Amino acid sequence: MAVAVPVTVPYARYSIRGAHWFLARVLAELLQRSGLTKDKIEGLCVSSFTLAPDTAVGLTQHLGFTLRWLDHIPMGGASGVVALRRAARAVQCGDADIVACIAGDTNHTDSFRLNTATFSQFARDAVYPYGSGGPNASFAFLTAHYMRSYGAEAEDFGKLCVAQRANALKFPYALMKKALTLAEYLSARPIADPLRLFDCVMPCAGAEGFLVLRRERAEELDLAYARVLATIERHNAFPDDPVQYRGGWVLDCDELYRQAGIPPGDIDFVEAYDDYPVITMMQLEDLGFCRKGEGPDFVRRHSFTVDGSFPLNTSGGQLSVGQAGAAGGFLGLVEAIRQVTGQALGGAVADARIGMASGFGMINYDRGLCSGAAILARS
Amino acid sequence: MTAPLLRPKRKNPVLRTRLPTLPPAIRSRVALGLTAAAARGSFELQVCRDCATVQYPPREACCACLSDRLDWRVQNGAGELISETLLRHSQELFFRERVPWRLGMVRLDCGPTVIAYLHGDCPAAPARMRIRACLDRAGQAVLVALPEKETPNMADDRQLREMTCDPKFRKVLVTDGKTAAGQAVVEAVAAAGADLIWVGHAEPWKKLPGFDRLKAIPQVALLPLDVTNSRSVKEIAGEIGGRVDILINTADHHRNFGIASRHGVETARAEMETNYLALLRLAQEFAPAMRARGADGQSSAVAWVNLLSIFALSNFPPHGTYSASKAAALSLAQCLRAEMRASGVRVVNVFPGPIDDEWNQQLLPPKLAPAALAAAIVKALQDGIEDVYPGDVAQEWLARWRDNPKALERELAAGAG
Amino acid sequence: MSAETLLQLVNAFAAGRIRVVDLTQTLSPDFPQIVLPPEMGQCWPFRIEEVSRYDERGPAWYWNNFSCGEHTGTHFDAPIHWISGKDLPNNSTDTIPVENFIAAACVIDCSQESAADPDFLLTVDFIRDWEKRHGPIPRRSWVLMRTDWSKRTDPIAFQNFDETGQHTPGPDADAVKFLVNDRDVLGFGSEAIGTDAGQAYHLRPPYPCHYYMHGAGRYGLQCLANLDLLPPTGSVIICPPLKIKQGSGSPLRVLGLVPGG
Repeated sequence: MAVAVPVTVPYARYSIRGAHWFLARVLAELLQRSGLTKDKIEGLCVSSFTLAPDTAVGLTQHLGFTLRWLDHIPMGGASGVVALRRAARAVQCGDADIVACIAGDTNHTDSFRLNTATFSQFARDAVYPYGSGGPNASFAFLTAHYMRSYGAEAEDFGKLCVAQRANALKFPYALMKKALTLAEYLSARPIADPLRLFDCVMPCAGAEGFLVLRRERAEELDLAYARVLATIERHNAFPDDPVQYRGGWVLDCDELYRQAGIPPGDIDFVEAYDDYPVITMMQLEDLGFCRKGEGPDFVRRHSFTVDGSFPLNTSGGQLSVGQAGAAGGFLGLVEAIRQVTGQALGGAVADARIGMASGFGMINYDRGLCSGAAILARS
Repeated sequence: MTAPLLRPKRKNPVLRTRLPTLPPAIRSRVALGLTAAAARGSFELQVCRDCATVQYPPREACCACLSDRLDWRVQNGAGELISETLLRHSQELFFRERVPWRLGMVRLDCGPTVIAYLHGDCPAAPARMRIRACLDRAGQAVLVALPEKETPNMADDRQLREMTCDPKFRKVLVTDGKTAAGQAVVEAVAAAGADLIWVGHAEPWKKLPGFDRLKAIPQVALLPLDVTNSRSVKEIAGEIGGRVDILINTADHHRNFGIASRHGVETARAEMETNYLALLRLAQEFAPAMRARGADGQSSAVAWVNLLSIFALSNFPPHGTYSASKAAALSLAQCLRAEMRASGVRVVNVFPGPIDDEWNQQLLPPKLAPAALAAAIVKALQDGIEDVYPGDVAQEWLARWRDNPKALERELAAGAG
Repeated sequence: MSAETLLQLVNAFAAGRIRVVDLTQTLSPDFPQIVLPPEMGQCWPFRIEEVSRYDERGPAWYWNNFSCGEHTGTHFDAPIHWISGKDLPNNSTDTIPVENFIAAACVIDCSQESAADPDFLLTVDFIRDWEKRHGPIPRRSWVLMRTDWSKRTDPIAFQNFDETGQHTPGPDADAVKFLVNDRDVLGFGSEAIGTDAGQAYHLRPPYPCHYYMHGAGRYGLQCLANLDLLPPTGSVIICPPLKIKQGSGSPLRVLGLVPGG
């Protein structure tokens, strides 16, 4: 299977456009860059938080697509990986020739509050009434617990944020344009202890997308593509853990590398889901780069910049680019396609042959429920 | 240890009074089970009847066995604090105006992990806690984590005070100080640290006992408030309405008649005048100013207490017209509660069984001592309870009524009190 | 009686040769009500509720509904009020002959005695002593007991309760019998809340003024004011109650006509 045509609709802090506009722009860009006409897109996979009252169905009429395969994936930060899995199966089974996977959201001044307030039944009943801190509060709990359990320090999370900002300064679409020092990180205002300002993603508007098709088809169309070596997903893993200190990746990590036929050491770069740095640290552990509890030490041993040791979130990640709603779940995967197909817009990882993108999403109540990961390789 | 609350500074009367805002009030219908229990001061979670799994957050089916037979059962709330945060930024106005908020994640011994408000005296994680369900200013249940053991000045905790209606340093109007219950309430709120207690004293020429004792309480100020007189209610509301933080409507007209045992409607009408129409009068005259003062600093308007009767739930035929008037008052109190909701002012309904006073002379014990009733009212204010059923008789009637209201009706008709 | 007499009357009013004195307390929710034991039926106090006041309930007009018992404020007692008068003819407010509503009045000043003793009882001797100075009480006239009680504007002082009940002046049983049987008066009026004394429950019979006056078809006036503005004799009072069917009494406006300067 192949993934091709990584597309980003430039991010904006706020937009007066609707989600439909962003999703239309990403589709237009996919067609323009691939040279395909609308009728050649047989399948569409959509993720968006702000498309309501529409779903993917409404989008087909809104944008004039006639499709033989359609999916709508409301999995937030896991949407990119899961969309890839769904689309790849469809193409593999002949349900569609080419599937466009798109994610995008608008952001009005009150969108984030509205989305948080009504995010899920459990969140509305049992989280939002407690201070209405949104994901900041949820990740503050996970971070505080993780720090206490595994000895992580603020400087460790700061190191990840600072490295990603360095990567972002080279990436044209990043909303954060200023360099960040560890001192600035540590002295930033507290948001929800132990989280500080630069631990938290900035909600924004934007869209991401890519095409899924067979390798032969990509070659016919003369598209630079990445091979899909492996994908996993898991939902509501470890429900009996009192607090989340590990993600569903733990259950599927071995399977991921078995599918890919490579050990973790062969991965040249990682695009981890990073709305808060604690979850990045958990992914480093749960995806086999170090053992549980060794995350802090692993962070201390690497630089994470594009040109350093263990390149991580090479476009700057959501923490420096911005979180465009469901597109946040696509950002890492789209960047991974760019890196392994030699299309990096910012810093390029030297000789990037194999990359990993992972996703994490949906704090339904006290923890993220969806996890996924994909390994892509240069064609 | 919580720093004891200091008497709030006097309000600068030319400054703008902040308008009330509320925490998020929307809940799924199933989650309202938590609110229903918290309204009575109880912490209940759904428990699966088939596999005994305790559920949280509230849900439609058991997360272990998919049974839909989930019963709300009282929980002891014991658990361990596993993580906490101090939230300094919020998306909702209510919290923005009050940050920081201390929040905790607590693993209950009975299974689930809950997110809760964390009392200031709770030690850092990991630590043992007890969880209580409390009503917040929106009138919905929220969970509060408290230290395992009582600590000094616990009720003065800043966050807790944003949920409770503690009389301490608040100005209280007791609408009728003539009755034994009214006088006991005055004494109880005085002991609870009320700043000022206005006591309604209608028909002052009736030299009823007890007033000398009330006058000796330094916070007490007698007022010629007659709740059966619209002009009196209007005048008194004009005079003090803008300063009342807690209104406790103790006005009660109680005669012991059914239908056949009393000619005419005069007695029933007098009961309706005092028990029902007086509530309407008070609500029309006092509620507007209280609504506007729902966020008036540390000692804002917080509560409206109605002294109803357990007979409001089901008619007690020997006191039939009285029961009817209390049922009418209960219905109106629900309307008042809805109309007060946006201000955060809590409407507390008190459903005592027979009070040990002259009008229940011929009822057999147990009867509720006026002092016990008053203590229950103060505790409800301090604990954030909305429906109070003080005493053994009220508790038993409530249990019978909740179990089978038709059975209770038949039992009462047969003379079983 | 002729048209000329009526004309003279009107001219006398106009010229101030007859003054009109208002003997009525203002009807207000604050005016105290008669107190009965709480298990008994109760007479409603005066209550007033706005119907509209140039507002959404009635944009151009102001009016009220009021409610009260028949024995509220300054009021008239009809014979049917008491069990002793229950079977008499013309004993209710709608059937009393209207000419009885205008009559001469004698005012017996007991104000000093009442000030000294709130339980003061008007006796036959006291009446005879008054007659020595002012002549015999004419038959079919009102006897009004002046106590200056109406000057007690504080309701607590007006009601004057202590732990043994109410303490207000009134006539004793013999005085009432004397007025009815020997003087054939039209009725008895007082300034306090009842025609009977506050402690009249303990007299024999209890509440003698109610018992004998109404038993003889005579009337009562209560909560009168300004009796100090009437001369001992020579005044006329006008006191028609509301025409309530089978009414036992009614609040009313009582006017006294007195010779002018």
